[in-house]
Amino acid sequence: MLKFPIYLDYSATTPVDPRVAAKMIPWLTEHFGNPASRSHAYGWEAEQAVEEAREQVAALVGADAKEIIWTSGATESNNLAIKGAAHFYQGKGKHVITVKTEHKAVLDTVRELEREGFEATYLDVQENGLIDLDVLKAAIRPDTILVTVMFVNNEIGVVQPIAEIGEICREQGIIFHVDAAQATGKVDIDLGKLKVDLMSFSAHKTYGPKGIGALYVRRKPRVRLEAQMHGGGHERGMRSGTLATHQIVGMGEAFRLAREEMASENARLLGLRDRLLNGLTGIEATYVNGDLEQRVPHNLNISFAYVEGESLIMAIKDIAVSSGSACTSASLEPSYVLRALGRNDELAHSSIRFSIGRFTTEEEIDFTIGLLNEKIGKLRELSPLWEMYKDGVDLDAVQWAAH
Amino acid sequence: MAYSDKVLDHYENPRNVGSFGKDEEGVATGMVGAPACGDVMKLQIKVGKDGVIEDAKFKTYGCGSAIASSSLVTEWVKGKTIDQALDIKNTQIAEELALPPVKIHCSILAEDAIKAAVADYRKKHQA
Repeated sequence: MLKFPIYLDYSATTPVDPRVAAKMIPWLTEHFGNPASRSHAYGWEAEQAVEEAREQVAALVGADAKEIIWTSGATESNNLAIKGAAHFYQGKGKHVITVKTEHKAVLDTVRELEREGFEATYLDVQENGLIDLDVLKAAIRPDTILVTVMFVNNEIGVVQPIAEIGEICREQGIIFHVDAAQATGKVDIDLGKLKVDLMSFSAHKTYGPKGIGALYVRRKPRVRLEAQMHGGGHERGMRSGTLATHQIVGMGEAFRLAREEMASENARLLGLRDRLLNGLTGIEATYVNGDLEQRVPHNLNISFAYVEGESLIMAIKDIAVSSGSACTSASLEPSYVLRALGRNDELAHSSIRFSIGRFTTEEEIDFTIGLLNEKIGKLRELSPLWEMYKDGVDLDAVQWAAH
Repeated sequence: MAYSDKVLDHYENPRNVGSFGKDEEGVATGMVGAPACGDVMKLQIKVGKDGVIEDAKFKTYGCGSAIASSSLVTEWVKGKTIDQALDIKNTQIAEELALPPVKIHCSILAEDAIKAAVADYRKKHQA
């Protein structure tokens, strides 16, 4: 039995796995103690639960538990890592490097540093969405103190060459931060090998609850941060605030399950992804955005030419997906990520991000393929651009009256 | 985005979709908008010898409101003379479809499409 709308937006957020939710509940009702309470058993048991979760998070990414700092989510982790490192090391230089396709939580944080007097370089990506290491090397200056690159892109799912970037940064003594919000449970992360200094995590992209995340802060060689949140000195002074035991327990359990199940889960997801890919690329004039090899198994981002994005979203309301255009109430802004790949506005507008997950079924994929085939056909029947394309008109040569 | 029932009706069941043959007698075409802006409307009218619009067809690349605006206009222009068709104003289209403020440009584009089709007709027949 299909339940509508079919959820294919796992890169936006995931449901909390029922096994995770079950683990969380006692920490809300019975074991409600403050992990910072040192004088009684309520506090001790909460602290123990927090530390067990810290081990579980560290285990998924090959880190030591002492290197994990709890935050409210990846946005906060990115803010703490980028501002915290830039502020601490500004005596060495004031230049930061990032990439045009980063998440807004990174881009806007770097913009804030620019307002404070730092300088920033925003690297272009190649047509496949991956950064060119030579372009990175050329951007490094004597005063570069921080490089921040996401592990997995949230829109197109491409996996950046983190190991190689880490080598370059370490050699030059530059702090390297990685936003791994979209990577946990999807790609192998071994911080014992990767030369990454700071890494941001989120629970709710990996079947944990919203409102909890973590920041990895390397101890050897030691990385220092200036705190952004001041108060009781929790998390070794790097992030004050009472720890949310139930959220932390949830994140720990979610990451434990991810570690145990990721091999079999990713194989299943790749099978479903390929089924979807084959079913959709059979439609004429469709383009996959982003590299298909260097990519997480659960993401497919496709542009359907000659169909307008908002009407497409309206036509496929039986599935819950993300559009390449941020359709705000005021304007239809094409995705900056797709534009950075060199896609024109029209293709950026008509792109759909399908992201599948733990609870996606083959039946749901087959329904989606049928729906897209039908609705794309219908909208193209309506489209003057499709008619011109079929008549052999070069649409780029037409003088359009922009309005 | 919440759409009105009338927009949804035109979107689900667009009226008069299609194209006339290029060389058909009395056919004129108006094409307005640009792909980069997210809207392109093509409105064709077929005008009889008495100057009355006998038939109209459209194709639209755009959002649901753009599709609905152009679908509505094909219904409204039929049976009107070309001068009467020019009296159709975007405000009437927006009112009929209950378009929200951010979608008013769709009704303006539909009005522009009528003007462009009529201009094409006049160019062909009064030159």
